Amino acid sequence: MIQEFSEDDIEPLATGAWILGTGGGGNPYISTLNLRRLYAEGRRVKVMDPMALADDDMVAVVSKMGAPLVGQERLGDPVHLARAVEVMEDYLGKPFRAIMSVEIGGSNALSSFLAAAVLDRPVVNADAMGRAYPEAQMTSFAIGNLPMFPLSLVDVRDNEVIVTRAASWKWMERISRKVCTEVGSTAATCKAPRTGKEVKEWGIHYTVTKATELGRAVIEARARHDDPVQAVLDHEGGKQLFRGKVVDVARETTGGFLRGSTTIEGIDADRGSRMELAFQNEWAVAFRDGQPVAMTPDLICLLDTVSGGAIGTESVRYGQRVTVVALPAPELLTTPAGIAAVGPRAFGYDIDFKSVFP
Amino acid sequence: MKRIGIDVGGTNTDAVLIDGDTIVASIKVPTTQDVLSGVKAALSHVAGHVGAADRPIDAVMIGTTHFTNAVVERARLERVAAIRIALPTGSSLPPMCDWPKDLHEAVDPMIFMVHGGHEYDGSPLVPMIPDEIREAAMKIRDAGITSIAISALTTECEVRAAEIVRSVIPDARITLSHTLGRIGLLERENVALLNAALQTLGKTTVQAFSDALREAGVKAPFYLTQNDGTVALADIAASNPVHSFASGPTNSMRGAAFLTGLSDAMVVDVGGTTSDIGCLVGGFPREANNIVHIGGVRTLFRMPDLLPIALGGGTIVDRETGKIGPRSVGYRILTEALVFGGKTLTTSDIAVAAGLIEMGDRDRVKDLDPAFVQASLQRIRDMVADSFDQMKTSAEDVPLVAVGGGAFLIPETVPGASEVLRVENAGVANALGAAMAQVSGEVDQVFSGLSRDEALAKAETEAQNAAVASGAERGSLKTLEVEDIPIAYLPGGARRVRVRVIGDIAFH
Repeated sequence: MIQEFSEDDIEPLATGAWILGTGGGGNPYISTLNLRRLYAEGRRVKVMDPMALADDDMVAVVSKMGAPLVGQERLGDPVHLARAVEVMEDYLGKPFRAIMSVEIGGSNALSSFLAAAVLDRPVVNADAMGRAYPEAQMTSFAIGNLPMFPLSLVDVRDNEVIVTRAASWKWMERISRKVCTEVGSTAATCKAPRTGKEVKEWGIHYTVTKATELGRAVIEARARHDDPVQAVLDHEGGKQLFRGKVVDVARETTGGFLRGSTTIEGIDADRGSRMELAFQNEWAVAFRDGQPVAMTPDLICLLDTVSGGAIGTESVRYGQRVTVVALPAPELLTTPAGIAAVGPRAFGYDIDFKSVFP
Repeated sequence: MKRIGIDVGGTNTDAVLIDGDTIVASIKVPTTQDVLSGVKAALSHVAGHVGAADRPIDAVMIGTTHFTNAVVERARLERVAAIRIALPTGSSLPPMCDWPKDLHEAVDPMIFMVHGGHEYDGSPLVPMIPDEIREAAMKIRDAGITSIAISALTTECEVRAAEIVRSVIPDARITLSHTLGRIGLLERENVALLNAALQTLGKTTVQAFSDALREAGVKAPFYLTQNDGTVALADIAASNPVHSFASGPTNSMRGAAFLTGLSDAMVVDVGGTTSDIGCLVGGFPREANNIVHIGGVRTLFRMPDLLPIALGGGTIVDRETGKIGPRSVGYRILTEALVFGGKTLTTSDIAVAAGLIEMGDRDRVKDLDPAFVQASLQRIRDMVADSFDQMKTSAEDVPLVAVGGGAFLIPETVPGASEVLRVENAGVANALGAAMAQVSGEVDQVFSGLSRDEALAKAETEAQNAAVASGAERGSLKTLEVEDIPIAYLPGGARRVRVRVIGDIAFH
């Protein structure tokens, strides 16, 4: 099953992806501009049902890698994402049937579309996280223990790197991160190729549709002057955790992560309470008056109370009126293997995972 | 010290003469089509109060919405050229790729993307090729364009490129993106391009003000008020018109501070269609650190943090649902509001019916259901309380100052406000805000390979130099704000540092 992705779907996808980014993954603005320009040139992307893949079809898994801030200065160009795919095809000696994004959260949701528009291939309606996470071992494919190599990496200067083999997902992350930093902390990558069978078995399915429809629900609620935050909750079966105002933001970088916390003072029903959101690129754990009330892999999203739009860990600031919501995690991430890879302990919090959604 | 403050608004031009902290004279005249004659009239009036034997005037400060209006109206803009030094990056998103179509057409740019630039850690991306810039400059010269915006990741490339452009076009007026904007190439470049498109208007406006001063016999140096509540020497301000975009709201906030004697307070400026809520910190408007759209263009630079509310004196009240706004009769309030003989129920009619203010014909609202009037007032209170709470960043109660023609709509008590103060003469507040202004300098850059202390010190020195260039007395400089954010995924302890310093005007 293949569906046309229309120009009117771009904005909803970006809006939904930014919410599913749970504070990380980078603001999709630049990628949105790029995709609009490709559409203006007449290019179109089709979205493919993962179940329509043949077992031996090859699927490219693309992502922009690096510091989101660098991406605001060295504006991403779709040709590099496409080039990363081509480099991998040359290396494998066979063509890709379709392209998918490693993460549906943040700007990378659009990475598959940018490569697909240039290469005229379909995008698979799936990703490998169902949200955003910072590292390679935090994907559904890693949880499924699938091979993590080879990986291709392309920069703007004509440097092309292939990591042919790595000892583990963590090693692949370390090696590719090093190369990425060396070429300026921004690069286009094509991760380990996946077979149709692997995507069907281990991909997080229908997340392109999920993000696009979520974004559309928010945009339509705004237009109707309805509550866009409620639209997010209704659409995703989410739960409102807290409503208030940002009173403190503390950030530091350690080990390449943006870590820190945001403190929110309650209003309305939450008056008198405080919520602290600890983050490592993405929101990781929510503490209400010191007690953990929500944690990864459940999606913790910080939304602008008025617009329902997502607020990122890099852009949250004093005084913003915000609503914290939790959305259910993809099922795979809440299995024991999932919790081991992306549960609170994977981020250094000595807490047992307890879902907001029993 | 004697100063004249002038605020040129959309409707009125206000002027005030102060000696130290004392208001000597003030006047309000209608803003004229040519702006100039209104300013001249106001100036002559207040300058007339300086006796021949008295000390002459030390400084004149003018706030104007001229530049913002030009962008919003897509008028009085000039053709510009953009040179971006960033290839091989960014070629899919050329300068102005996200501008509204009509504004793009009004500015009709020539766009050049050339090789060069740096990484965040300061190492070169690829070498800059001087011939590429020279070639672009020749094409720009041949097209007869003299206003040029140059953008790159670092100062160094922009400065070198400007030298090359100037060698080809000696009378070029060049805006360097790093002198205005912050992080984010597109946003910074957008500010630079807006600024470039306003160069001629900046120059002619300052010249016109200068002529008006001369004709009124005022010989003092003069300044334009800036977005951050400070002033800059007119000649410098003329090359940076974007720094005057928000001078109206900032002047009103500064004036409110002066008239109430408060330096830390929230201020709500209630107009006909909308209100703006801002926050005074140490006597200056708190700055926005987020994207601000100007005439539909995405920018990130020195602007006050204002929250607009769709509530003004002309805001329409729905008779069926009691909903307030967001539509407004705006300047037609004097003919359309009920109390003025019109047919539209507005917030002003509710205020008259409730006895908050006397204006127009009160009999025309006497049939309004008192319960409806009270419910509407409650909705207005909720709107104000909501926005007030949103902008407030401290847990303690803070004072709220209400200014502007619709200040009567602000309730006597607001939750979270220690008190509500009113400044009735909004026009004077604005002109006063202009008159009281000091001079500032700001830096917002990424520093790497330095310790935190070194980076902060470097940023502070650069901010101080910027302030002195804008007319500040070096000895009086104080650091108003320091903010630093470490950056993820970057080596070398890179951090983004923003420093803002402020000082008194240097008189020579």
